[in-house]
Amino acid sequence: MSQNKNNKIKEGSFLEAFKFKDLLYQLVTRDIKLKYRRSFLGYVWSILNPLLIMVIMSIVFSFLFQRNLTYFSIYLLAGRTVFECVNTSGQRALSSITDNASLLKKTYVSKFMFPMSKITAALIDFVFSLGALIIVMLFYSLVDGKCLFSPWNLGLIVVVIQTYVFSLGFGFFLAQLHVFFRDIRYIYNAFITMLTYCSAIFYDIGMFYDKAQQQTAAGGEPYAKYLAWIIEYLNPIYIYIKQFRYFIWVPTLEGTVPEWAMISGMDFVLGFGYAFLMLIIGVFTFKRSQDKFILYI
Amino acid sequence: MADEIITTAQESAPEYVIDVDNITIRFNKATEKINDLKEYFVKLVKRQLMFQEFLALQDVSLKIKKGEAWAIIGTNGSGKSTLLKAISKILKPYKGTVKVNGSVASLIELGAGIDPRLTARENIYLNGCLLGYSKKFIEERFDEIVEFAELEDFLDSPVKNFSSGMKSRLGFAVATMVEPDILIVDEVLAVGDVLFRKKCMAKMRQMLNNGTTLIIVSHNMSQIREMCNKAIWLNKGKVVMQGDMTKVCDEYLATIEEKKASEKNNKK
Repeated sequence: MSQNKNNKIKEGSFLEAFKFKDLLYQLVTRDIKLKYRRSFLGYVWSILNPLLIMVIMSIVFSFLFQRNLTYFSIYLLAGRTVFECVNTSGQRALSSITDNASLLKKTYVSKFMFPMSKITAALIDFVFSLGALIIVMLFYSLVDGKCLFSPWNLGLIVVVIQTYVFSLGFGFFLAQLHVFFRDIRYIYNAFITMLTYCSAIFYDIGMFYDKAQQQTAAGGEPYAKYLAWIIEYLNPIYIYIKQFRYFIWVPTLEGTVPEWAMISGMDFVLGFGYAFLMLIIGVFTFKRSQDKFILYI
Repeated sequence: MADEIITTAQESAPEYVIDVDNITIRFNKATEKINDLKEYFVKLVKRQLMFQEFLALQDVSLKIKKGEAWAIIGTNGSGKSTLLKAISKILKPYKGTVKVNGSVASLIELGAGIDPRLTARENIYLNGCLLGYSKKFIEERFDEIVEFAELEDFLDSPVKNFSSGMKSRLGFAVATMVEPDILIVDEVLAVGDVLFRKKCMAKMRQMLNNGTTLIIVSHNMSQIREMCNKAIWLNKGKVVMQGDMTKVCDEYLATIEEKKASEKNNKK
């Protein structure tokens, strides 16, 4: 049995989760199987759902904002896909410990396992939902008679890694908090709604810069610029969306690329920095409180 | 051959396989459980956030040598299951230490990890992994498990359609697929038919003969007399007596009889 090997790994540490890697595999396949089993439309839904939402949002927002971004649908879908990945990870990780209460009361398993399996399953869902993006890009490629795919697209792997690490930390943090405070779910929902508006999913950061120019022209302080700075530097989810768009949406543009869509090394430093910072916070808080879980579930 | 001898010598080096040293387990016996933020703040403002201590176990020590079969006895609420949970690392003691040398399979509740939505086949893998076995290992023993659980015809039907007896058969078969160094059993054999119970007893005895250490909680005295050679008697979280099974059991039964008699007298 694996329990008496690897005695070096301390009980209850994050690394212990890797001893249970077969279990992780089982838990992840369970989630995936149960989601797609016996419903023929299972996989189709995970593509159809973002497609439908994209269609609605594209129509609404292209009327509302009247900024003509080329391939707005791709722009929108790219942002939403990343955002949804973090959101579903958080949502599912939140209740992962409390849902497995009966199990935790009866056997000893690394508790990191449960949020981790939920987040990994969410990541796989995310990969599935890329199908929607491919469909849209294929559609526009055919309509416009040019290939919108490019080798740059492969860069999204880097984005996926950052998003996964970030989601893990985020999930651990939420899961342990939910054990002690069940109403954290409502706060989470409000928080996520706020994040939706702060992540430039259906608008673009360029708007803030235009506004700032107007403000300076009018002789005022360019507050809009500060807002843009906050989103661009302090919101890790936007950083991932920005990178994702750079690899998916930007290569489809001809001619000039707007300045706000360009990424620099700084974006990767910040992206990985936030991801690992979140992971450290998540692991630390989870580890500190995991012995008390049993008393609250 | 030589290798084997060396490894066994290394394994048996620690004197006890289970060394429970003076543990105390503490719970909060608050009037209500607070598990949301709103309540927390309300109570905080009202200054009702109190901690009422409840000691489920107090200064319990238990040293178990390899190959022994221990029974934990006592009335309801005496801390038997708590002790098992401490040994199987589910509960962390508030004071004291628990040292365990070797692999542990704990049957605190049969089929704890069984997901009713999955099929029996998928559950065998999931449960095996939960108990710490590798996927490859389970694959090798798959047929053996299925045969023991007598579920050949139901392998691919979801477990939610199973009867409780079938579920516990599945649970027991998975948990005992390998001979763990230590097997912990908590009143799990109350379900299942006589035949299966006998089969489980036989399996447990076979494991005992092969050097597995056994710890069971049971209210069934004849079962204990049959299986165990040592016993620990708990009452309200404290050890009343421990040692030779027959002595402890006799004493325990005598006390219970006495209690019953005095209750009868009081009624009169």
